[in-house]
Amino acid sequence: MSSSVEALVNKEYKYGFVTDIEADSAPMGLNEDIIRLISSKKGEPGWLLDWRLKAFRGWLKMTEPHNWPNISYTPVDYQALRYYSAPRTAKPLGSLDEVDPKLLETYQKLGIPLTEQKLLAGVAVDAIFDSVSVGTTYKAKLAEAGVIFCSFGEAVREHPDLVRKYLGSVVPASDNFFAALNAAVFSDGSFVFVPRGVKCPMELSTYFRINAADTGQFERTLIIAEEGASVSYLEGCTAPKRDQNQLHAAVVELVALDDASIKYSTVQNWYAGDEEGKGGIYNFVTKRGKCVGVNSKISWTQVETGSAITWKYPSVILQGDNSVGEFYSVAVVNGRQQADTGTKMIHLGKNTRSTIVSKGISAGRGQNSYRGLVKVLPKAASARNYTQCDSMLIGNRCGAHTFPYIDVQNSTASVEHEASTSKIGEDQIFYLKQRGLNTENAISMIVNGFCKEVFKELPMEFAVEAQKLLGVSLEGSVG
Amino acid sequence: MLEIKGLRARAGEKEILRGIDLTVNAGEIHAVMGPNGSGKSTLAQVLAGHPAYEVTGGEVQYDGNDLLDMDPEVRAQAGIFLAFQYPVEIPGISNAYFLRAAYNEIRKARGHEEVDSMDFLDLLEEKLRLVEWGPEIMSRAVNSGFSGGEKKRNEILQMAVLEPRLAILDETDSGLDIDALRIVASGVNALRRPDNATIIVTHYQRLLNYIVPDRVHVLSAGRIVKSGGKELALELEAKGYEWLEQEVGAAS
Ligand SMILES: Nc1ncnc2c1ncn2[C@@H]1O[C@H](COP(=O)(O)OP(=O)(O)O)[C@@H](O)[C@H]1O
Ligand SMILES: [Mg+2]
Repeated sequence: MSSSVEALVNKEYKYGFVTDIEADSAPMGLNEDIIRLISSKKGEPGWLLDWRLKAFRGWLKMTEPHNWPNISYTPVDYQALRYYSAPRTAKPLGSLDEVDPKLLETYQKLGIPLTEQKLLAGVAVDAIFDSVSVGTTYKAKLAEAGVIFCSFGEAVREHPDLVRKYLGSVVPASDNFFAALNAAVFSDGSFVFVPRGVKCPMELSTYFRINAADTGQFERTLIIAEEGASVSYLEGCTAPKRDQNQLHAAVVELVALDDASIKYSTVQNWYAGDEEGKGGIYNFVTKRGKCVGVNSKISWTQVETGSAITWKYPSVILQGDNSVGEFYSVAVVNGRQQADTGTKMIHLGKNTRSTIVSKGISAGRGQNSYRGLVKVLPKAASARNYTQCDSMLIGNRCGAHTFPYIDVQNSTASVEHEASTSKIGEDQIFYLKQRGLNTENAISMIVNGFCKEVFKELPMEFAVEAQKLLGVSLEGSVG
Repeated sequence: MLEIKGLRARAGEKEILRGIDLTVNAGEIHAVMGPNGSGKSTLAQVLAGHPAYEVTGGEVQYDGNDLLDMDPEVRAQAGIFLAFQYPVEIPGISNAYFLRAAYNEIRKARGHEEVDSMDFLDLLEEKLRLVEWGPEIMSRAVNSGFSGGEKKRNEILQMAVLEPRLAILDETDSGLDIDALRIVASGVNALRRPDNATIIVTHYQRLLNYIVPDRVHVLSAGRIVKSGGKELALELEAKGYEWLEQEVGAAS
């Protein structure tokens, strides 16, 4: 088996190209002047600059979390990074009619056409390139339904009251080291507002692309679903192959009011570094949703195949009575990738329910940790949680770890946890090969079967993509 | 079609096959019998290319090609089908999806176009009848939670769909009740054609009441110690394997 496992690591990352485009970048380093520069480049109001500066001053007093996550890496030198980089284009960004052809070509190559004739049917896309939004498709059509879908920068300009009301209401600027850093320097991101009673007429999606070298990406996404509203949102991400590690520290906040529902799906395919662990993205992300209202629902689905290191715990605060939180996750590590990912379900309201399904796949020398907290507070009578946490190992040099934390403070609550670890067997692979499948297709089939409960949560168009992506990530894992 | 000469194989340090000679022609059914541990499954697995076994000597020609030089999936695409003694479970993948993927891989390798799921369903319907199954089985995950008998029947269904040129059935009869045995046997008989061949590996002669073999071989400690016509199976049944081992021992 082990000999056959070796080959997996030599996967080709097909999104590793660099777009040659001149950039308008901030100087290296981080201080209050840089923050002022970012804020002024974006033409922000004073309250937002103050919010950033306060976050920055808080961040200076924090220490990077190095001990509890099950990951190891050389510390980031925060003064050796650039905190702002925008493609320098002749025309202003934001309108798709006038986008630089080089940018259009980049997204075309990534499989995300932005030109009107070729738009993905039924999916509106906000395309973020380094620190700025290149443009958003189907904006007018969404506006007819009352849905606001635009870049964060535009939201600050056009809908300042909404931004001010909800920004930091789920993930405060002081939440943790990376969230504080993000609050200080965040550049762009997506903003979604679905008003009362509106079911968003199409899937919304943001495509994040890191291009510039030595640049961190710090986007911020805020999604608000008012009473009875619903929306399904998907994010995708890629970056060029580079020898240096690059930092991506995003924050996502979701707010669901009474009877609202938000479905947030991620297909994360940042560059993972080479097989020896050189280069790749540090993906240190804070994602949290708040079921503010009764009967509201927030569902996270993530397929994490990229990044050198992933550190993220998409969580739900179940505040409204009868609210529902879900977390469906597939995390794949290969080569020298490390992932420490999971969720937190915080039950505050009565009859709140949460479901966690985590599928970890480890290959090569990858290390995969599931870390999850289920917390039931005293007032959360009859709260229920079900957690299922499965690990699959491919080969002998990888690792799978599970760290479940359960804290129940109400005796009427019920919390169920199931876990399993399996090894992809030579016999399984041989069985499929004996039926005519080659090794890669065989592994891909076994792994897809293992992840089925998660994939079925993804929107149709993306489930197919995710399955393919999984195949690519594990390419060569067994030869 | 298949010509095995002096085949030796081992797993780890243990030599299991110690010089096998066997020739199978198109249109024939061969039975390979022998006591537990004699190497029957090993022979079947080696012919299918299982990586746990190392071939240490001899050669195998399949339709004039060096079979041992082919990857397992290439062997499958060239028409070799192994009904496993212990079929493997693939959770989360439906029987229908799996079987269509296999069917299409084999078609592709032969330069045919893939079939879509509608056309495949038509084909499947006919094959399901052969194993007396309804369509429900196709939406269950491959062998997951199947009973022993269902797993064996599923192997025959796969064989019926893939229409191999050389089928090797490893103890497909063991653990089956009479009804299931009849279904398996009629499946094999229905697929019998002048241009294909079957090797039935079995411990008991029971199945051979339903499928009449052209040749019977007895394997003992990694060698074929006796070959004969269909009567040999009955003789073995009546006298037991000890008889044979004594006889072989006396002769050598
Ligand atoms: N993968 C393996 N590793 C080690 N020993 C094996 C392996 N496969 C079979 N053997 C051994 O080889 C001998 C023959 O096994 P097998 O071919 O399964 O016999 P049969 O099918 O005739 O009962 C047995 O002693 C068995 O334990
Ligand atoms: Mg056997």
